[in-house]
Amino acid sequence: MRAWLPSLLRAVLLAILLAFLISPGWFEPLLKPLVQDNAPAIYNQGSLLTLTLLHLRTVAIATIAAIIVAVTLAILVTRSFGAEFLPLSRSLVNVGQTFPPVAVLALAVPALGFGEKPTLVALFLYGLLPIFENTLTGLTTLPPSVMEAARGAGMTDRQRLFKVELPLAMPVILAGIRLSVVISLATATIGSTVAAKTLGEVIIAGLQSNNIAFVLQGGLIVGALAVLIYDGLSAIEAVLARRAGL
Amino acid sequence: MIEIDGITKRYDGTAVVDNVTMTIEPRTVTVIVGTSGSGKTTLLRMINRLVEPSAGAIRLDGEDNRSMPGFELRRRIGYAIQGHGLFPHRTVAQNIATVPVLLDWDKARIDAKVAELLALFQLDPAIFAARFPHELSGGQQQRVGVARALAAEPKVLLMDEPFGALDPIIRAKAQADLLDIQKLLKTTIVLVTHDMDEAFHLADKIAVMDKGELVQYGTPAELVTNPATEFVQTLIGASERPFRLLSIETAGQAVEPGTADGKPVGAATSQRDVLSELLWTGRDALPVAAADGTLIGKVTLEGLARRAARPQ
Repeated sequence: MRAWLPSLLRAVLLAILLAFLISPGWFEPLLKPLVQDNAPAIYNQGSLLTLTLLHLRTVAIATIAAIIVAVTLAILVTRSFGAEFLPLSRSLVNVGQTFPPVAVLALAVPALGFGEKPTLVALFLYGLLPIFENTLTGLTTLPPSVMEAARGAGMTDRQRLFKVELPLAMPVILAGIRLSVVISLATATIGSTVAAKTLGEVIIAGLQSNNIAFVLQGGLIVGALAVLIYDGLSAIEAVLARRAGL
Repeated sequence: MIEIDGITKRYDGTAVVDNVTMTIEPRTVTVIVGTSGSGKTTLLRMINRLVEPSAGAIRLDGEDNRSMPGFELRRRIGYAIQGHGLFPHRTVAQNIATVPVLLDWDKARIDAKVAELLALFQLDPAIFAARFPHELSGGQQQRVGVARALAAEPKVLLMDEPFGALDPIIRAKAQADLLDIQKLLKTTIVLVTHDMDEAFHLADKIAVMDKGELVQYGTPAELVTNPATEFVQTLIGASERPFRLLSIETAGQAVEPGTADGKPVGAATSQRDVLSELLWTGRDALPVAAADGTLIGKVTLEGLARRAARPQ
């Protein structure tokens, strides 16, 4: 395959996605055959663009919180003073991952009410593990000679962390974040079962009114977002990895 | 001057370095040799406190090395290791500037130092300053590693098997370069190796470690002519003794008046290499040329044989 072909496909996908979000009416003829007479082919209970932005916002807030907590935790348990908390923090984060997001929603609604908050909690817990595990891997598999040289050069613990360990672990950490973001993008749709404003609304509306076109457009927007964000983060990772000589 | 005074390191009750006392003279090259597990690297790492001793003290120019925090001490002592340990995410220039940046030197001074060191290590700044370590050859990476260790103008340079990862040809060149740079900068070098050829080539004094103890500390010639223990003798190799003696001194030190036919050898060539050249070319003598190319005399097979014999 030619080198420019994947980039071209991504650009086309992005263009189609933007066109669909800004002017969904253009695509009505394509979706019309999927619906019964008189039923709308394009989601008509709100703006798709607004829902997409809210969806992205929910994912972004949950992911940023997960990054802060998971990376901080991974840094603490890889310091000499925190090493004994490593097994404990591993199990905690694993519990977050094994707990089904739907169950988190069900438990969080009584405490936090309907809307975005329970969704954020579910996405946050679900997103912790990949970031934590990857940060841990990145920080514990650094080349020993480089770490020795950093100490030998007279770097303090803090300088070693920020000037050597984190920059070198960055590609692996980013891979964890990428995984977490993609999982969250898909999982966020179930937030609409507790009235969070996400693209799940479109899918749920489609399911309730037996409107395949709604289900399809909700699912495809989420899918396109996931592919584009995944590729974008992969590209950043590749640049960082090349710069790090890895 | 580095005074190592009764230094001991125990791990779980076992002494890895056991009550070692030695004084390293300034502006000399001291090589610590020993088998693996002899404690030679631990001894080296206690000088810059990458390992904290269990007992004893180390003084640098009379000052106890525990009189300041470890990281400050390490900024004042150069440290080069096997496999260079360059920071893969930083350019050659940034790598070399590591310690000066930690010491908050101003930018102009750092830039000048980096350029000076690159030139000293025969790396064109225009080509190499902006490269990343993985874009360099093994020999170049090693040179950058040593340049980084020397960037803050330390009086003492510690080297832990610095040439261990190099192939033999590049290693010989790196060793020769190190000696030149040591003469130029007058740095006190303490180098750990298990390669006896390397030790004899580089050392003003050799310290032999065995099972955590310092068994002999003396000039290379003393080790050959008067080994303190069986272990030292084995390490040197009985059959190697005459050649070890010859490898210590240069052709310039064995010059006799007169002339000889053949291609002149440089005055800085080791006598061992001259002997090899004599045997290979089947000659009795070869002319010796000073660094500027003028002939200063000859070296004879007979003269070298006399020098290789056991001192009476």
